[in-house]
Amino acid sequence: MEIHTQYDQYIEVHKYYAGTIVWVAILALALEALLPVYFRSAAILELPLLVTIYFGLSWRNPSSGLLLGMAIGLAQDSLGHTPFGMYGIAKTAVGFVASSFGSRIDVEHPISRFLLTFAFFHVHNAVLVVTNRLLLGQHEPYLEANLIIASVVNSAVAVLLYALLDKLRKPS
Amino acid sequence: MPIPSRHRSLTLFAAAIAAQILLLALQIRRGQQVRLIRVWAIESVSPLGRGAAWSVDGARSLWNNYIALRHTREEDDQLRTEVAALRMRNAQLESRAAEADRLAGLLGFRDAHAEVQMLAARVIGASPDRASHMVFISRGSRDGLRRDMGVITPEGVVGKVFAVYPDTSQVLLLTDKESGVGALLGESRAQGPVRGTGEPLLGLEYISNEVKVEPGERILTSGQDRIFPKDLPVGTVLQVQPDRHSPFLKISVKPAARLDGLEEVLVLLTRQEFNFRKDADKSVAVPVASAAPPKPAAPATLPKPAAPATPPKPAAPTPPPKPKPAAPVAQPKPEAPATEPKPEAPVTEPAPETPDNP
Repeated sequence: MEIHTQYDQYIEVHKYYAGTIVWVAILALALEALLPVYFRSAAILELPLLVTIYFGLSWRNPSSGLLLGMAIGLAQDSLGHTPFGMYGIAKTAVGFVASSFGSRIDVEHPISRFLLTFAFFHVHNAVLVVTNRLLLGQHEPYLEANLIIASVVNSAVAVLLYALLDKLRKPS
Repeated sequence: MPIPSRHRSLTLFAAAIAAQILLLALQIRRGQQVRLIRVWAIESVSPLGRGAAWSVDGARSLWNNYIALRHTREEDDQLRTEVAALRMRNAQLESRAAEADRLAGLLGFRDAHAEVQMLAARVIGASPDRASHMVFISRGSRDGLRRDMGVITPEGVVGKVFAVYPDTSQVLLLTDKESGVGALLGESRAQGPVRGTGEPLLGLEYISNEVKVEPGERILTSGQDRIFPKDLPVGTVLQVQPDRHSPFLKISVKPAARLDGLEEVLVLLTRQEFNFRKDADKSVAVPVASAAPPKPAAPATLPKPAAPATPPKPAAPTPPPKPKPAAPVAQPKPEAPATEPKPEAPVTEPAPETPDNP
């Protein structure tokens, strides 16, 4: 699948082979569901979120980013016990924002990727908490120590994962 | 309207978020298992309902409290006038009811003593002279009234006819200083005149200090004044004081009749004796409608002026009746039957003009 955007003429837009995004997303969701079964500590990872951030930053098209985030979020909801749409809303927002950022700043450097993932992880969590509070009436805290650790771990994993996913790009 | 390309992604983002929020609202249940979408729908519609209700209430209040009340002042004035008229009417009816009660009492008294010729009269005025206790009544010489006829109410002695005019008469009340009546004590039967004092109370005179008199004892007419028949109530003993400088007691008497509020009286046309002791109960509360037909009146006698309680005044407009033995009986007007409560109607039927047999 090749995606072209209006920003192509200004910023390099990465293209991927057909089916890559779908398979990566499915794989992320499957690992998200299976890894905690064998490795309890793997529950801290948010692979669907990392995939969403990566493709949002790479595509640099907000419409595509939010649609991908929505699709991955709804799929994650369908696999879990949360109401259908909770993760969908959060990942839609992250996909939209990540695509918007990706078109403006350098997202290839590992440090920037780490920081952006760290920030988007908290954006994702904030949207989840707000949605929980407003729609479900549950009073979850915005920030916890575990959340900080999870964000740091996911950001570190993201740097490695993004480097791996970079291999799936079509050569420019 | 086409969306500008720079806003297209933002619009898509908003639509995606809204769609998913709607999706969540369809699943989430709040409170008593009410879907969130329903809660939102109701909460979004209820302000409109509240606003509509507020508007309707405001319009209704405006209509009811302002527009619909534009004639209220006129109605209020009309109702006030109506209330005033009804109050006046009520007062009139109460007065008439009281009058009917009094007349029923008079009629009952007359029926209880049908053997005595009496003529009902209305008190139409009082004496302008405060020193004299007199009233004017609505009967005069045309009704058969003569000077020195006794005037009573069912409660007791009122006074006597002092002056007679064609259609009115002047009655000297017992409380006048010039007034008096022959009386006796109900228990001891000791006799003495009851005289007016110019005050509301009367005085019983010439009762010896040796007679035992108790407050509350009844005082009756003795019949010796030739004006009132025997045993009519005069009053009750109120106070008894022995007089060290006199062989007689000083006795204050409360009049039996309400002399300060007279409205209707009975004029005794004859000196026929009353049987008060036997008929004391019958004389009270005899229904007007059940009044028995009047018995043929007994031959009446005119009061003799031989022993008047008060000296006749020279200003009397009518000469004192002459003690003619064949004086005619009083001639009450036959304009109304005895059972009608009209105060102007004579209580007694026209008596046959029989010659008096003193």
